[in-house]
Amino acid sequence: MSSLAVAVFAGPLAAGALGVLLHRHRAAQRALSFGVLAAVIAASVALVAGTSDASAFSVDIGGFPRGLAIVLGVDILSALMLTIGSVMTLLGVAFAAASGEDAHPLFHPLVMFLWTGVALAFVTADLFNLFVAFEVMLIASYVLLTLRGGREQVRAGAIYVGTNLLASTIFLIGVGLIYGATGTVNFAGVAAAVAEDRAALAGLTVLLVAVAAKASIVPLHGWLPRTYVHASPAVTAIFSALLTKAGVYVLYRLTSTMLVDVDGFATVAIAIAAVTMVVGVLGAVGGHGMRSILTFHMVSQVGYLVLPLGLWTRAAIAAGIFYLLQYVAVKGALLLTAAAVDRLEGSDELADLGGLMRSRFWLGIAFLLPALALAGIPPTSGFVGKFLLVRAAFEAGSFWAGATAIAVSLLTLLSMIKIFNGAFWGERPDVAPPTRPAPSMLRTRVMVGLPLAVGVATIVLGIGASGLLTLAGTAADVLVDPTAYLTAVSR
Amino acid sequence: MSSAVMVGLLAAGGTYLVLQRGIVRTALGFVLLGHAATTLLIAAGGVGTRGVPFAGGGADAADPLPQAFALTAIVISFGITAFLLALAFRSRDVNGSDDLEDDR
Repeated sequence: MSSLAVAVFAGPLAAGALGVLLHRHRAAQRALSFGVLAAVIAASVALVAGTSDASAFSVDIGGFPRGLAIVLGVDILSALMLTIGSVMTLLGVAFAAASGEDAHPLFHPLVMFLWTGVALAFVTADLFNLFVAFEVMLIASYVLLTLRGGREQVRAGAIYVGTNLLASTIFLIGVGLIYGATGTVNFAGVAAAVAEDRAALAGLTVLLVAVAAKASIVPLHGWLPRTYVHASPAVTAIFSALLTKAGVYVLYRLTSTMLVDVDGFATVAIAIAAVTMVVGVLGAVGGHGMRSILTFHMVSQVGYLVLPLGLWTRAAIAAGIFYLLQYVAVKGALLLTAAAVDRLEGSDELADLGGLMRSRFWLGIAFLLPALALAGIPPTSGFVGKFLLVRAAFEAGSFWAGATAIAVSLLTLLSMIKIFNGAFWGERPDVAPPTRPAPSMLRTRVMVGLPLAVGVATIVLGIGASGLLTLAGTAADVLVDPTAYLTAVSR
Repeated sequence: MSSAVMVGLLAAGGTYLVLQRGIVRTALGFVLLGHAATTLLIAAGGVGTRGVPFAGGGADAADPLPQAFALTAIVISFGITAFLLALAFRSRDVNGSDDLEDDR
């Protein structure tokens, strides 16, 4: 088990380095990426199986004694995040291979490095190591975002790098303040100190601001919709599955171990969650392209994911984790559909599109299924997640937060209808954008088939939700009572 | 006290430069902010003891952990500075200058 926890990030790190050496051999790079990601998925599923009894285990890197070693800690939440993240990364890479977006010799190595950082963030139990994980992830994402090197990418890159670098610097200052106050950066050590030491709590607050910026919580969200749309389409889908979700994971972990007893945290978290939901969905309704609407939606959905942090009942956390897992798949499928439209039709701007339901029926279905899941229409997985979350909010007495979640769902449906009207119904406008040479039949089928498969999976997950709900419930148990995790990672 | 003043000055200068329009100035601003953060990390370990942090280094051995933190942070910020400067070069190629365009 402990070697698996290291393998999920060390394997891809080695594969990334090897991929750089293989920069002239794209077929070898692809085989390497697919092989390593498939192995990571298998390892993650094994970790889920090993921790599904609500246990947690730790690894001391390098075999140093406790206190010197960097400690990794794995419980079922880490394992579930590893699983869904690696599956969506594999789908994104497969799409990029089909659409030809992996033509750049550094594409495959960069995705491997990106995953290295994300996987390390999911398993680390050490604040400074978390900083390093975020940096590995972000540096890979800086290069992936600007890989096309055009005007738009330079501008988006400057905004993206500037915002995230500032957040990282603030994160580092937070870590420094916490170390100064407590003399440790281990999650368990800091958790014990924060309960008594106001100075440590101040440092933790600085750190939280940085994590909130990385998770794109309002009012620190402005960078995301401005930058993600300028990455190449498959890269946007991979970013959406990994980057902000790593921030959300850290928020769950820090709330569980350190923040839950802090006065006023619950009120602030609920208020911020509600504002994030509303601001995100309003921005999405105002969008004019498939990807610009979908990326603004990511802000809104982060609000749903943050809401359980304020409620912090077992039901709310289980709903939040279920919602997170299915949402990563749903948003990935939607962005892959947008990427397929962009590749096949030459644009994803709604003004350039129309009538796709007639010309590309299955692509329309591939969009429709996850779009219904995002809005929360039964029998999709999104309905189950939203229903449980809203019920948990009402049970916890947060009536206005629950009501906000329902109202935002309606606006979400509106924005999905806007895309469907603009792109899939109606007539194709006369001034159609120039299309690139049509890809082969096989490539087209892969590009349509990948999001369609995820769309079907959301229906399956909606009707047969009980299996994943059990796992989410176990994760909620582990988060409500983090004793097992803290004991495993403490000195 | 002197380290607190230094962190303050570095952070002030860095903040001013990060708010500028050109990518090169922003990069320089992040260099200063990075120095502020590393100085703070070193100060967090205590600046009173400065001995060699080896086993058996005596009572005045410095805390080795913040030094490791600072070293890691310096390496990372060096890499990102190089990337930002490359981005500024690219911006000059496609835009003619390293100034960011207006938001639309």
